[in-house]
Amino acid sequence: MAVIRDVMPAFELFQPANVEEALSLLNRYKSDAWVMAGGLDSFDWLKDRIKRPKVVVDLVGVKELEGVRASGDGLEIGAMTTLTDLVRHPLVREKFGMLLEAAEAAASPQIRNQGTIGGNVSQDTRCWYYRDGWECYRAGGNICYADTPTAMNREHAIFDADRCVAVNPSDTAPALIALDAKMVIRSTSGEQIVDAEHYFIGPGIDITRMTVLKPGDLLVAIRIPGTWAGSQFYFEKVRDRKVWDFPLVNVASVMKTSGGTIQDLRLALNGVAAHPVRLRAVEAAVRGKPRNEQTAEMAGLMAIEGAKPLRHNGYKLPLVRNLVKRAIRGVEGSWTS
Amino acid sequence: MPERTLVGQNYTTPDLVAKVTGKAKYAEDYRAEGMLFCKLLLSPMPHARVRRIDSSKALAMKGVVGVLTADDFPPVKPDQSGLKPEQALTNEPVYQGEPILAVAAVDEVTAADAIELIELDLEPLPFAVDPIESLRPEGANARLEGNAYVDRKVATLKWTAEDFREVAAGRLPFGKGADEWKVGDVDAGFKQADVVIDETVVIQSTGHQPLETRTAMAYWQNGKLYLHGSTQSVARTVASVAGWVGVEPSKVVIVSEYTGGGFGSKIPGAHSMAIPALLSKKTGRPVMMRISREEEHFIGRARAGMQARARLGMRKDGRITALDLYIVMDNGPYSAQGDARSSGSIASLAYQPMTMRFRSVAVLTNTPPRTSQRSPGGMQVNAILEPIITKAARKLGLDQVAVRHINAPAGKAPYGPPGQNGKQRYVTSAFVKEALDRGVELFGWDARKGRSGQRRGSKARGIGVAVSPYVGGSIGFDAIMTIRPDGRLYFQSGIGNLGTHSTIDVHRVAAELLGMPWEKCEVIWGDTSKHVPWSCSSAGSQTVHAMTRAAHAGAMDAKRKLQELAAHDLGGKPDDYDVSNERVHRKGNASGGLTFAQAAKRAIELGGKYDGHELPKDINPMTKTSATALAGLGLMGVAKDNYPRDGDTHSYVVGFAEVEVDVETGAYQILDYTAVADCGTVLHPHSLAGQIHGGSVLGMGHAIGQRWTYDQHYGRPLAKRFHHTKPPTILDVPVAMKWDAVNIPDPETPVGARGIGEPPVGAGYGAVLNALVDALGDDAFRRTPVTPDVIVAALDAGKWTHEALTAHV
Repeated sequence: MAVIRDVMPAFELFQPANVEEALSLLNRYKSDAWVMAGGLDSFDWLKDRIKRPKVVVDLVGVKELEGVRASGDGLEIGAMTTLTDLVRHPLVREKFGMLLEAAEAAASPQIRNQGTIGGNVSQDTRCWYYRDGWECYRAGGNICYADTPTAMNREHAIFDADRCVAVNPSDTAPALIALDAKMVIRSTSGEQIVDAEHYFIGPGIDITRMTVLKPGDLLVAIRIPGTWAGSQFYFEKVRDRKVWDFPLVNVASVMKTSGGTIQDLRLALNGVAAHPVRLRAVEAAVRGKPRNEQTAEMAGLMAIEGAKPLRHNGYKLPLVRNLVKRAIRGVEGSWTS
Repeated sequence: MPERTLVGQNYTTPDLVAKVTGKAKYAEDYRAEGMLFCKLLLSPMPHARVRRIDSSKALAMKGVVGVLTADDFPPVKPDQSGLKPEQALTNEPVYQGEPILAVAAVDEVTAADAIELIELDLEPLPFAVDPIESLRPEGANARLEGNAYVDRKVATLKWTAEDFREVAAGRLPFGKGADEWKVGDVDAGFKQADVVIDETVVIQSTGHQPLETRTAMAYWQNGKLYLHGSTQSVARTVASVAGWVGVEPSKVVIVSEYTGGGFGSKIPGAHSMAIPALLSKKTGRPVMMRISREEEHFIGRARAGMQARARLGMRKDGRITALDLYIVMDNGPYSAQGDARSSGSIASLAYQPMTMRFRSVAVLTNTPPRTSQRSPGGMQVNAILEPIITKAARKLGLDQVAVRHINAPAGKAPYGPPGQNGKQRYVTSAFVKEALDRGVELFGWDARKGRSGQRRGSKARGIGVAVSPYVGGSIGFDAIMTIRPDGRLYFQSGIGNLGTHSTIDVHRVAAELLGMPWEKCEVIWGDTSKHVPWSCSSAGSQTVHAMTRAAHAGAMDAKRKLQELAAHDLGGKPDDYDVSNERVHRKGNASGGLTFAQAAKRAIELGGKYDGHELPKDINPMTKTSATALAGLGLMGVAKDNYPRDGDTHSYVVGFAEVEVDVETGAYQILDYTAVADCGTVLHPHSLAGQIHGGSVLGMGHAIGQRWTYDQHYGRPLAKRFHHTKPPTILDVPVAMKWDAVNIPDPETPVGARGIGEPPVGAGYGAVLNALVDALGDDAFRRTPVTPDVIVAALDAGKWTHEALTAHV
């Protein structure tokens, strides 16, 4: 069959009006159904005719999935809340400024107006071999094209590669992991709550999926506990362009200090593995240590232990080291003119 | 010299409201009764031969009307190079993404579904996407005929194993097969030098990617082809489309009122225009071909990347005593490109080296076809040499501006290869030193020098300056204008409307000469059925120079005819009369004589030369046809530009940039940018500012991130869409950029104005690269773009670490 890209084929479209209808459709069509939120990830796949679902379930009409609500001393964010609405919400700004920064670092204003938080955390990898329809492991084949001697893999993984070296591109995911967010997943058989850290999966668990969502599952909300509200946040994304660019690497941390000592923190990276990486060993090592350059240096070095660079992504080692260092001690110095 | 009432003044061009309100009609906005849509089948392989195409299942689909293949095109023979010229569809695809076949159907989804039913049997052929790899003793040839242009013919060129030991060491070898020229004794030049820098660098290939893709719609009426397309010249696209389609130029009408950018990729028009034209002929129905962004990546043309080595010698006063430059140019798969040749000429012009040797090899690759992209060759050589000049200056403790000043071209500066007489050609004029002086002031260079190379915490600052010349004008084109009985002045414009305003601007020269208020002028553009004169392509920054000369000649012809007509009717000699105040009148009596409206009426009555029934002998046949069609409408000014010119016209821009680099992440921001142009007399300040800043941003984009990427083993591109190829965004460039122009008339053209489209590109590019060198030191990068990964890896290792010669990374 000859290949043509960039022309969307016909498919059956459902636009349910509530979650119950959506779940019933997903249950009926199972793996033949494609869940569409803002469409930024979906339309690429559909227009390029690489993923060819029989049925698209478009959630645009499910209004109960939109909006940010106070929930105890934390927040509940509907999965269909756009990144723009998330960024503009006063409670997000007041309590979880880091999530605002992360969401605002994603894509471009136009894309954030359309893209949703649920879509941002559930999006597929951007590996350009896989997204261009190459028959790789992740696409059901038996090779990783991004891990050959001639492969172009500047953007690819330095951690936890298992056949596939793709990375998770989400900017909000590491922020949600650092904030200890809970993902609320529903299906016709009920509701489950999953820690953000465990929502994302690597190729070792399932090489064809990026999250725990299985056919029939729907991410309906993200709950952020009050635990880290107003603590010391750090988020940084390094990319080629200032806008409309996925991260080369991003880092998110939350920290509580007392008298210059780090009492507690959570630290996560993205753009380095097929799933966002929580740096548990670094967290354990710096807890109780003074928040200073020496601790930051140590954290940076620990963060890259076990990293395996590919031909074109060796720079991610110093980059991760420096970003983790900055997450611990902040950015030094600045110019005023 | 007339009083400057229009030239040098800002005004609103008549196409602007339509553009900003969305009313402007681009090729894609047209519809015709019964119109079909077509989609393309692109080659999945980088090089292959079509063994068999079975379209039967596609043609059997409901709604599919026709299929077009290379066999439907007029036959072509190999040219002098030995290669067959490119056609829009092919049976031997020479790059992945080259169109093989087109399907026309009632809608696009049907056409796309039909493409999937085509059975295509391809025989894979050898391929190469990296010029250096193709030059290896065992390297593959991109074409069956060879892999390089040697003495203008396609031949097989391989370097030795010894040469490739140099490649392994990260240095470009001076392999055989290069075109070569020399000025002076280069070895002696190096002996005079106090410092010599020798660097191997890689400059990326990039797609042109204008926002409007090369969408086209075509239909036939009474044996004539009507083509709505996107082009950099309305007048000049007639002949190219006629050639591609295989009909006489008189059978082609081009409609292109608005062009959403070209940057050199639509000169003139696009090969792919033949697809809807021939499909329409075959199906008997209008055909629309909308080109997607991915298709534009493949067929939309690209800039030739370069792998280069430069040795540069500098004396301790900053004078460049010797330049030895060797360039391997990625030529793409088709006709020989001029980028490398321009690189040699522009390098010799920009820096006036006391001695110079230039060598270049054009290597064929199985990557998208190349063509001129805004400052072709000039921009690349700015990127190759500017950082090297800055490093030499640093070693000698010299200021970047001082070094540009001492080497700057001035007056009738020589440049390029020596001619048959052993002498170099020379330019019409150059006021680069004046531009540098103005830029130093406007940018505040001296104050910023205190921050040069300084660090605070993780933030390093750097400043840079670059000098960028490019060709700025041609000669010998025509103008047609008519003063009609309604008292208005009508200009026919054959210039493409690709956003520079020159389509309109150049005619203000004529209005000014005739003393006609601009409100009473009409410019007719965008449609060759509206009788346009022979015009230059808006390419090579020719238009403002070439077409102000033509407008001047046309206006002088109209003026002379007004004077003669007045003398004929009112007595006396033509020279007793002057034109002003919308009248032709006796000198000193501006209210007497004839109004322009009366004169137009009389011109029609008198006929002959006055109203276009008799025409000058030296005008182009296209102008003659158009003028003949317009004859009898009023008093006609029609003339060819025969003004003398001594020298080759070039314009110059100097760019100044300051950057702030975060040395822990490699991320950086261009904080400020200032550019000063030497482009002769300023014609239209607002559009000049747009050109200077827009061109500079294209250069900045090449410095900071724009690129493409290939997997060399498969010969397939990976970066095909904007989020991969990364052209710069508004947030990547400084918020407020400054500009100025020295505004000194060029002495070799009557209006004094030269073109400006191209020179800013190298200024933006070079200034940012130099600022990065200033901030990061001499050893951070040897390739462009300079992305955060390159910087952070180099700073970590203490020297540049990227691969020295690999293309398309």
